[in-house]
Amino acid sequence: MGAGRLYAAVASGAFRRYATYRAATAAGVFTNTVFGLILVYTYLALWDEKPHLGGYDQAQAVTYVWLGQALLSTLAIGGGGVEDELMERIRTGDIAIDLYRPADLQLWWLSADLGRALFQLMGRGVLPFVFGAVFFPVALPSDAGTWAAFLVAVLLAMLVGFGIRFLVALSAFWLLDGTGVAQTAWITGFFCSGMVLPLNVFPGAIGETVRALPWSSLLQAPADVLLGRAEPWGVFAFQGAWALALLALGRLVQSVATRRVVVQGG
Amino acid sequence: MDGDFIELDRVEKVFEVRRKTGFLKRERRQVRAVDSISFTVPRGEMVGYIGPNGAGKSTTIKMLTGILTPSGGRLRVAGIDPSRERSRLAHRIGVVFGQRTTLWWDLPLIDSYRLVHRMYRIPDGRYRENLDRCVELLDLADLLDVPVRQLSLGQRMRGDIAAALLHDPEVLYLDEPTIGLDVISKAKVRGFLRDLNAERGTTVLLTTHDLQDIEQLCSRVMVIDHGRLMYDGPLAGLHEVGESERTLVVDLERELPPIEVPEARVVKVEGPRQWLAFPASGSAAPLVARIAAEYPLVDLSVREPDIEAVIAQMYADRATA
Repeated sequence: MGAGRLYAAVASGAFRRYATYRAATAAGVFTNTVFGLILVYTYLALWDEKPHLGGYDQAQAVTYVWLGQALLSTLAIGGGGVEDELMERIRTGDIAIDLYRPADLQLWWLSADLGRALFQLMGRGVLPFVFGAVFFPVALPSDAGTWAAFLVAVLLAMLVGFGIRFLVALSAFWLLDGTGVAQTAWITGFFCSGMVLPLNVFPGAIGETVRALPWSSLLQAPADVLLGRAEPWGVFAFQGAWALALLALGRLVQSVATRRVVVQGG
Repeated sequence: MDGDFIELDRVEKVFEVRRKTGFLKRERRQVRAVDSISFTVPRGEMVGYIGPNGAGKSTTIKMLTGILTPSGGRLRVAGIDPSRERSRLAHRIGVVFGQRTTLWWDLPLIDSYRLVHRMYRIPDGRYRENLDRCVELLDLADLLDVPVRQLSLGQRMRGDIAAALLHDPEVLYLDEPTIGLDVISKAKVRGFLRDLNAERGTTVLLTTHDLQDIEQLCSRVMVIDHGRLMYDGPLAGLHEVGESERTLVVDLERELPPIEVPEARVVKVEGPRQWLAFPASGSAAPLVARIAAEYPLVDLSVREPDIEAVIAQMYADRATA
């Protein structure tokens, strides 16, 4: 129980920390809205040419766009999560401080990232989504159950997102400068999460592959639940499996990395 | 067990450094950061641990916290092998790295303390009591609601010291706690550490480049260089071993030939200003009195030998011995 309170404090601290930067949040909301507008008109043109592309009608495609904008910074799909700070701490050696504290590195950063994600969802995600829902035809569920299932899928997406980004950050233990790995990861994540186009648009083997990769847990999975195109429990199982696998791998890499530091020096 | 709260017995730390020597060629080289160091620190002692940059001070501290594993030898803190039981030890030690901070950058200072409260599972009453005490003695009352990023270096350092003490550590490692601080901040930090040691019996191991830190706080000093312990004893003894000298800078009314006094020798003359060297173990008072009596004195100041010079002198002596 004591440990739970620590990580709750870490999460709430991270939440307030991101809340400190109001101008950045406002700028973010603006950017997400503009970016959403560009994508919406692109999608509308695309769906005009190819109605029911990927099985979506126009309203569903528009909903998908605004959902993507709401989750972009929440899940730090294009970077901007706690991994930036973690990598910086590894590079400068500040990580030494984290290591002598009686707290688990992964749980600490997971809590911090969840606090951050929660703030980004409320501070940066909700407004563009509401904007989209007000000014465009959208397909939103009317029953509370679907909304609840959607929120569970978002929470699981946060875990998967952190799992990926934690591994990216740990690479800095070997590379010192993890910028290259990070950028590769963001580009991969941008495409494979379905931020460019919904993953069900991709045909054949490519489609099968991207839908099976962990990134599809981020945007595609919550979208499938919200749009009622997938059985929630199946989606949860898929996301949960990836979350577990990634977090377990993160633990393994963390113990190798810290042993390396502890034995070889920072 | 009081005799050996911190125990190092022939502790070594060897780093393997890989160096690029050509296209795809790497040369492996071993660097002995700490080379067979042995010492013990009894509970409640305040010890200075000094040496030039790269001497192995921080490596020793890191081994004492458990974030580095020794390559050889035996190391115990409060009976615990630090690298094996890092978390258990963490509850009993406090660490302040002068050049790093444990505080949360963007949040008010108090938030970092709340986090420490949870992290070390400090009982609420104890936490309150320790926080109040630190706030009072380190003058933090007006800073608690200020985001850490807005604190000055001296304020931040006091904040960091408080953070390291809220869980009642039995030993405090301080790595350059006064680096970059102004005179007033230094005095505050030193005063606090002295009281902490006197009232709570907290064992303190202090690394520093500032000889005054050691002079004002530590009865015992250890000098390390190239990973080896060169000296372990009282500060005064270090001056004797190092045959270090203090410098008296004298401003006379006019240009005069070099001052002739038995206690000191003139090392430099620049117009009416003269520099006299005298043994650090001696007192400046009789020297000053004699010069004031015999020469037209306008102003004077005494310069302490800095630690690097003392150590440099020690090595010069060892090399010739």
